Amino acid sequence: MELFPSLSFSVLCIQILVGLSKATILFIVASGLTLILGVLRIPNLAHGSLYMIGAFTTYSIATAFSQSNLGFWVALLLAPLVVALIGLIMEQGLFRFLYKRDHLMMLLFTFSFTLVFADLVKLVWGSDYRSLAVPKIFQGSYLLLGMPFPRYNLFLLLLGPLFAAGLWYLTNRTLLGKISRAAAVDREMVGAVGVNVNLVYAAVFVLGCYLAGIGGALVAPTQNISQGMDHSIIIEIFLIVIIGGLGNVWGALLGAVIFGLTDAIGILVAPQFGIVFPYLAVITVLTFRPKGLLKSIW
Amino acid sequence: MLDVREINTYYGLSHILFDVSLSVHKGEIVCLLGRNGAGKSTTMKSIMGLTPPKQGEITLKGDRVTGCPPYQMCRRGVGFVPDDRRVFADLSVGENLEISARPCQGSDGWDKERVYGFFPALSALDRRRAGVLSGGEQQMLTIGRALITNPDLLLLDEPTEGLAPIIVEMLEEKILELKASGLSVLLAEQNQNVALRLSDRAYIIDNGHIRYQGSIEELRQDEAVRQKYLLV
Ligand SMILES: Nc1ncnc2c1ncn2[C@@H]1O[C@H](COP(=O)(O)OP(=O)(O)OP(=O)(O)O)[C@@H](O)[C@H]1O
Ligand SMILES: [Mg+2]
Repeated sequence: MELFPSLSFSVLCIQILVGLSKATILFIVASGLTLILGVLRIPNLAHGSLYMIGAFTTYSIATAFSQSNLGFWVALLLAPLVVALIGLIMEQGLFRFLYKRDHLMMLLFTFSFTLVFADLVKLVWGSDYRSLAVPKIFQGSYLLLGMPFPRYNLFLLLLGPLFAAGLWYLTNRTLLGKISRAAAVDREMVGAVGVNVNLVYAAVFVLGCYLAGIGGALVAPTQNISQGMDHSIIIEIFLIVIIGGLGNVWGALLGAVIFGLTDAIGILVAPQFGIVFPYLAVITVLTFRPKGLLKSIW
Repeated sequence: MLDVREINTYYGLSHILFDVSLSVHKGEIVCLLGRNGAGKSTTMKSIMGLTPPKQGEITLKGDRVTGCPPYQMCRRGVGFVPDDRRVFADLSVGENLEISARPCQGSDGWDKERVYGFFPALSALDRRRAGVLSGGEQQMLTIGRALITNPDLLLLDEPTEGLAPIIVEMLEEKILELKASGLSVLLAEQNQNVALRLSDRAYIIDNGHIRYQGSIEELRQDEAVRQKYLLV
């Protein structure tokens, strides 16, 4: 404790909670990426762009409804649906014709989408950054252990387990989830027992994009909504998915928690080098478990 | 039931099936005999739509089904039991059956209970991961998985390969039971003993060509043909 005078117990606790609340958003976005990666085998670089579109759309919808107190909530409902619709168009219009191509082709193809989407966002929203107020009921802070903790972060903190439970239910208890788990390993055989795998792929792709949209909507009140947020998130969530185990939703959860915590604690311990800590964690994990912490589907 | 006319199937550039024709009538067990690499599995996969033939025609119950994708073949009543079993290893036995269940037109359709009644050994394994089952259990599961799609025609690719004699005997009984219930079966076999015991008619395939066809009685008499195409 003498080494870091600022590192009191309560500060540490609050910082951990902040880290976990950030991990919620990372988890939601990364779970979408890993679902698409695991079931469809598409390394979708445009996932970060969809997240960015989700954030900008949230800004626009929330602003349009700004007279009412419900602006953000309407946006949280609608913006992910807009992103899901874009996903549906991408999948039905292009991706479904390319499933037989190799992964490198897919990677390049999704990369081209990141360029298209970046320009699209610039076209629609201009190159200024936007910012969105935290919704009314979550403005201000609670006092935890004598320290202020933003109410909105508490909201995020509660959402995390909710989404984890929802995704668990989806993958383990619903027919779509069970079929997806089978199709991730043996697409051909799933077809041979009468399942139209194309529909399953479309559903999973759209669901993954929807999750990117939710992440974008949730992050909108917490930071500047700007060009370039697609790049920063795509790097983070790819690393999360890699350290968790490709295609594994629980791996995404674990990776997001590791990423969120090391980021938050890093800022506390060495503010000027804070950003390095998550990457050190990634390197450490990959040194000992090159295929990720949990079972990779690939 | 099934009519395959002069199909030609390729893997990439290599030509595997040459004008293969065969037919299966309702309620019949027909075997497709041949050595390793003769083209039995390829024929099965071609019928199922997994490796669509480049030329030729396949009709099922009077409908032309050439080029139908596998899921449509399944929904039209073809159950597929691949040679390498391919259970969904990460799913439980019960889940394997659940995702394969298709509604059936008649009243006495297959559901999970009926599959478990048919293979009692499976019912105790309902929650077990399919990947950890023994070979015999996996084979029961693949057959159960095909049955729960409510097929009229079952494509069985070497169902007894690599299994203990007691399991082979049990499976043979079950296959005859299925036949008695009106199901048609196309059975690919290397093992002529199994084939001779179960089948009504036989085709022999060699190097992608159908070399022989006839009733099982004729084949049993015809030592020369069996010598030529089946003994190693
Ligand atoms: N995926 C593939 N790509 C290329 N060639 C293949 C492929 N699968 C099979 N073959 C070739 O096709 C030929 C027929 O194979 P097939 O699997 O149909 O034989 P089989 O009669 O089922 O043999 P077995 O008794 O060993 O199962 C073989 O020469 C094999 O090498
Ligand atoms: Mg074979």
